[in-house]
Amino acid sequence: MEALMNDKLVKLMADLMEKETIALVRELAKEGTDPKEILDAARSAMELVGKRFEKEEYFIPDLVMAGEIMKGISEIVKPLLKKGESDIKKGKVLIGTVAGDIHDIGKDIVTFMLDVSGYDVLDLGIDVPARTFVEKTREFQPRVVGLSGFLTLAFDSMKKTVVALEEAGLRDRVKVMIGGGQIDDEVRKYVRADAFGKDAVAAVNLCRQWIGG
Amino acid sequence: MIMKEDAAELYRQREKRVNDAIALRVPDRIPVVVLFSFFSARYAGVSLKEVMYEPEKLMEAQLKTLREFQPDMDQNPYGTRFLGPILETLDFKLLRWPGHGLGPNVPYQFVEGEYMKPEEYDHFLSDPSDFMMRRYWPRVCGSLMGLEKLGAIHNIITYYMGFPFGFAPFSLPEVVEALEAIKKAGQESLKIATWSRKYTEKAKEEGFPMQVGAFTQAPFDTLGDFFRGTKGLMLDMYRRPDQVVKACEKLLPFMFEIALGATKASGNPRVFIPLHKGLDGFMSLEQFKRFYWPTLRGLMVSLINEGCNPCPFWEGNCFSRLPIIKDIPAGKACYAFEATDMVKAKEILEDTVCIRGNVPLSLLIAGSLEDVRVYCKKLIDVCGRGGGFIMDSATGLDDAKPENVKAMFEFTREYGVY
Repeated sequence: MEALMNDKLVKLMADLMEKETIALVRELAKEGTDPKEILDAARSAMELVGKRFEKEEYFIPDLVMAGEIMKGISEIVKPLLKKGESDIKKGKVLIGTVAGDIHDIGKDIVTFMLDVSGYDVLDLGIDVPARTFVEKTREFQPRVVGLSGFLTLAFDSMKKTVVALEEAGLRDRVKVMIGGGQIDDEVRKYVRADAFGKDAVAAVNLCRQWIGG
Repeated sequence: MIMKEDAAELYRQREKRVNDAIALRVPDRIPVVVLFSFFSARYAGVSLKEVMYEPEKLMEAQLKTLREFQPDMDQNPYGTRFLGPILETLDFKLLRWPGHGLGPNVPYQFVEGEYMKPEEYDHFLSDPSDFMMRRYWPRVCGSLMGLEKLGAIHNIITYYMGFPFGFAPFSLPEVVEALEAIKKAGQESLKIATWSRKYTEKAKEEGFPMQVGAFTQAPFDTLGDFFRGTKGLMLDMYRRPDQVVKACEKLLPFMFEIALGATKASGNPRVFIPLHKGLDGFMSLEQFKRFYWPTLRGLMVSLINEGCNPCPFWEGNCFSRLPIIKDIPAGKACYAFEATDMVKAKEILEDTVCIRGNVPLSLLIAGSLEDVRVYCKKLIDVCGRGGGFIMDSATGLDDAKPENVKAMFEFTREYGVY
């Protein structure tokens, strides 16, 4: 019975039926369903959403909508979780928009997708200087550093950030992925990043490949 | 310095070259144009801040760039660059620019937000001007915050309805302050218009026509960029789809008016329409057909009916949209593409619309001269077939390497002859 309920939850959420999903979660929570199970179902739904995105059945608005539903579910369920239950993460990712660039929409979607995929993400925000990336890499010890940038000026800022990581002796400890408006393989070579991704799901796949999970 | 008669002849040739391409006739050679954006400031060695605040320096920088690159047409930079003083006056929140929140050599960047709340659709739909003056302006312009205190103008009607009490808020100090800011913005606005006119004349004297005489947007983009924000509007497509459609329909006549007014004032029928939120990935094809395309098409067809040439710039990749956006009168519009597959674009749009653009900025910044030539050759070979193609970079030049840009211009002028 419970498994069936969860299947229903996964389907409703993956189909982006916001009202129906939230209503069902409230009902499940009231009935005393294990909150962890609800969250697991929601994560399975997010995985389905990600797969549909890869197959080009879903697009950015669908990711954003799924994110809102996830937020709604978390608000209901997280207070019910026992301490420590929600903290098991797959690995650390440091992310930020590089110096001179203040765009955040793309980066925020990547951060959110990594977060719901179970990674421990530290988002440094926008217009992040190379030295901050270096400091935080030292402190936070991420496995992956994600550099975001929408403008062409970001090419040089990304390059400077990679050079700064090299000079600090940190480059070998992390994989660097880049993404944003004008980014292609030409830019990846110029920046000396390990990979570029064209969207949020690509970023998740890169982290899976590098960190596992 | 070129002779006056030569300049007039060049002007005529260039105008004809571009118009031939738009009309799907074969021009003498492939036209080459770009949006210089902040490239001209860098090229002329002045800071980006300087061109945003000092109209003389903007004039010098842009003319120098024009003379040395010899594009077939130029884009008047005043309405999109000489913005420092007016934006300061208004304390505008939607942009950070060099000298105001950004370093002197960082190009301006848009600060998105939800400046219309989801529950405000009804207010916007019933009286957009009232919503804008009393709710939107105070949120996007710090100097106009006082206007929040005003009552609705449509209630101030006559000597016993509105006049006796309705004008009282206009005497409040914060409202007076806002009205003062509007007056000052009016003066700054006039300066921009004067310089802009001067620039168009000056460029004409040297033989360069302007690419466009007006600027407008797709209604959906206007709603998303300025009122609801990208995220807000994406969610609205699920949560309140009918209001989104109605708001786009409400904005359509405004977007049309803005463009038509400017084409009449400038005498230039070409209308630039940068597109932001309808590209592949940003919404499904079904959403594109429901929310984005109907009012954009409506805008373009209305403009064509008035004798204008809509010149939308399709940002990103719009491959899946090609069969749909083909549905407009033939030989009247020009579609610039950033990252759409140009081979497919040519194949599908060939008999309907002139295409333009696509030389990647990554090549113009990080590629070799030969890379640039190879790319341009491919574009000319495929897209140049039978006319209907204009060479251009994928997007505004900003940080491109001058020698790479020169390679694009020179190669097109040599190899692009029909």
